Amino acid sequence: MSVRDHTDTPIGRLARWFDVRLGAAEFTTSKLNYVFPKHFTFLFGEIALYAFVVLVATGVFLALFYSPSEAEVVYGGDYQPLVGLPMSEAYESVVELSFSVRAGLLMRQTHHWAALVFMGAIFAHMARVFFTGAFRRPRELNWVTGVVLMMVGMLEGFAGYSLLDDLLSGTGVRIAYSVVEGIPVVGAWAAFLAFGGEYPGEGFLSRLFTVHVFLMPAILAGLITVHLALVARQHHTQFPGPGKSEHNVVGHRMWPTYATLSGGLFFLIAAVLTLMGGTLQINPVWLYGPYDLFTVTSGAQADYYVLWLQGLLRLMPGWEVRAFGYTITNQFFPGVLVPGIVFGVFLAWPWLEARVTGDRRSHHLLDRPRDRPVRTAIGMAGLTGFVVTLVAGSDDVIAATFDWSIVALRYTERVLLFALPAAVALLTYRVCADLSARGEPAAGPEEAASGPAVATAGPGEGRAATGGGGVLDRLAAAPVSRATGAWRRLRRALVTTGMVAAVVGALADRLRNGRAGR
Amino acid sequence: MSEPRGQGAATRWGVIAFVVSTLGSAGFVVAYAVEASPQWQGVALSIGLAGLGAGLVAWSKGLMPQGPEVEERPDIEPSTDEERKTAAVFTRGRRSIGRRRLFGSLLVAATGAFAATILTPIRSLGPAPRDKLRSTRWGAGVRVVDERGHPVAADELDVGGVLTVFPEGAVKSADDQTVLLRVGLEEIQPPPGREDWSPEGYLAYSKICTHAGCPVGLFQTDTQVLLCPCHQATFAVLDGARSVFGPAPRPLPQLPLAIDDDGFLVAGGGFSEPPGPGRWTLGRP
Ligand code: HEM
Ligand code: FES
Repeated sequence: MSVRDHTDTPIGRLARWFDVRLGAAEFTTSKLNYVFPKHFTFLFGEIALYAFVVLVATGVFLALFYSPSEAEVVYGGDYQPLVGLPMSEAYESVVELSFSVRAGLLMRQTHHWAALVFMGAIFAHMARVFFTGAFRRPRELNWVTGVVLMMVGMLEGFAGYSLLDDLLSGTGVRIAYSVVEGIPVVGAWAAFLAFGGEYPGEGFLSRLFTVHVFLMPAILAGLITVHLALVARQHHTQFPGPGKSEHNVVGHRMWPTYATLSGGLFFLIAAVLTLMGGTLQINPVWLYGPYDLFTVTSGAQADYYVLWLQGLLRLMPGWEVRAFGYTITNQFFPGVLVPGIVFGVFLAWPWLEARVTGDRRSHHLLDRPRDRPVRTAIGMAGLTGFVVTLVAGSDDVIAATFDWSIVALRYTERVLLFALPAAVALLTYRVCADLSARGEPAAGPEEAASGPAVATAGPGEGRAATGGGGVLDRLAAAPVSRATGAWRRLRRALVTTGMVAAVVGALADRLRNGRAGR
Repeated sequence: MSEPRGQGAATRWGVIAFVVSTLGSAGFVVAYAVEASPQWQGVALSIGLAGLGAGLVAWSKGLMPQGPEVEERPDIEPSTDEERKTAAVFTRGRRSIGRRRLFGSLLVAATGAFAATILTPIRSLGPAPRDKLRSTRWGAGVRVVDERGHPVAADELDVGGVLTVFPEGAVKSADDQTVLLRVGLEEIQPPPGREDWSPEGYLAYSKICTHAGCPVGLFQTDTQVLLCPCHQATFAVLDGARSVFGPAPRPLPQLPLAIDDDGFLVAGGGFSEPPGPGRWTLGRP
């Protein structure tokens, strides 16, 4: 009687019931024993996942009360300032949800905060995957599903806050219509089909509703499933270190340690989101007022995962291309072409990089960003450009707050959009090369054979594997006494670039005013 | 494998967390029942969730095996042998298909035709653009009316005033929305051919931004510009709403104005150009 049969318990009997029908024992054993690497950067993906769960939970609640109709009604609810005002049924249902449905405002605000955290976690997760080279063979497919998840996520968020039919979101939809309409050749057709006719279209809200609560969540859930199944099949990557190799994974087992930890993480994230939802006001549409075609607020701001597009639209000078009676519109360049190129590069990145480095082997050990100066420099340049577009997207608010000339500011941003990423890229490259040359080898001695590419590359391949070669390499080869020296230089270069750009902006302002004031 | 240390502390924290969590969740139910403010609801629910989370984390970190555990990474790249087997099975099936050449071709044709039927619903989504896009109801003699449909008399606005107007009979139509302003008559520097479009200093421009279609609503009298709040396109109203700053590539189309015998504003014709943001066929007849 000393040995107990684990299968003869209530849980055991239930498990047997399933196992007899599914033959799942072996699979379950391997999943319970699955090992997760320990590093906080591996949590970003999970945060995205749990924020998605919160989005679905709160979203279902909201969908039960929201009414996707443009029909005009006169408000007569609990919120006094709007009483007697004509508005769409959709907007009315949101005001009702905020003031008259129990826990409605908590759900609404939690949903919105969860969307912001969701996209932020995706960006952080993507950055982790990019800078550590986790996208390399055999994980290209997961990189691609990830990029698609990010794109669908942006669209989903935009669709979500466009449902409210308040003054701010209505304006966003108007701009979206014009961008679609501005696509060469097919634009008018695309806009008419997407919106059901000429702006403002026919029954657009009910379309958007279906897209937001059914179509895109289904796509997201499907892609997330694929994404996680791929991770489970290929196992996690891990940072190099003692005992770690290309052939193992070191960390916590799924059962019980990691499952408990991760379950705890879910509740903590839900806690943060509900706390924000309860106490931090977000998107107070009752203050913006209902949408109407002829009014617009100034200081209108998109959520940040769309704000970069608004920034690009602003940064574009007032040009359009006309030839043979046809027009390539102004809004096409920043609204479609540039994002298209950016997402195209994202999707193709694993193959682009493999082509440049010639490294097509499988990798399960991650790079330290400093050991891949070219990739790190490009990534930092991209992030810097992103930040500049965010600034541009809110420059009217910035100009008003600090009482700056919007004109000078805008010209400054135009210079910065190109100058700042270039400066950051060059300096990142230098800093990485310094740190890498100075620092200890990335992998422990026992890992030398399977460590990062520098160590594994055959004779004569070392340089090519580390970076792109050429000018950048020579730059990096110049000795720098201490890494802190490089940081100081980074700071100095950023300040200099910023100042030069500001001077150019101010001059442009002067010149333009000179002309305008004739 | 190291045995977890500090078990006592972890247990203590775990107990506290779960107790606090229980109180928080109960608090939420009470807050909900008495219809407390969203702040109270959020704080209580958050405490309930945070306690659960903290308790689980304490449990996992303090009372469960911390490893490091090692798992062999499965080698998922197949051997050439396995690949050959798969290829053989596939080829066997493909051969039997390949023998039916005619069938194959007909299948392709039938599938292609069926694909076309799947695409048709897309066409149901909206009408054809044709010339509907931006046809406006402005024309010579059409009365200018305000948002409530009242005609606009020639003394309605003072210099510096601004009003959103429509053609009579088309109030609130998206395409026809027009911004009417009044400036000092002698300040206007009209583009050639538009000298008599602005009686008594009244100017009318399409209100749809030529950048991306937002309503151009802000009239800054000190600089005499119309400003679009969306991306700050700026139009100089005194000389034909020329785009002086920002992303708008074209001036706002101007509406010629006249004053009829009863002293009301009327249009002297249609817009100088088709209104609205750019599109592929802009500039085609
Ligand atoms: C809805 C959005 C997303 C969710 C819920 C999600 C979730 C996850 C989770 C839970 C993991 C395992 C934990 C980790 O390695 O961090 C993971 C791994 C991964 N994700 Fe995502 N992810 C999302 C978007 C993205 C994006 C935008 C990319 C990149 C473009 C991406 C690329 C990857 C890759 C390559 C892996 C494998 C990484 C490795 O094993 O080291 N994912 N994802
Ligand atoms: S829509 Fe007017 S500036 Fe963009």
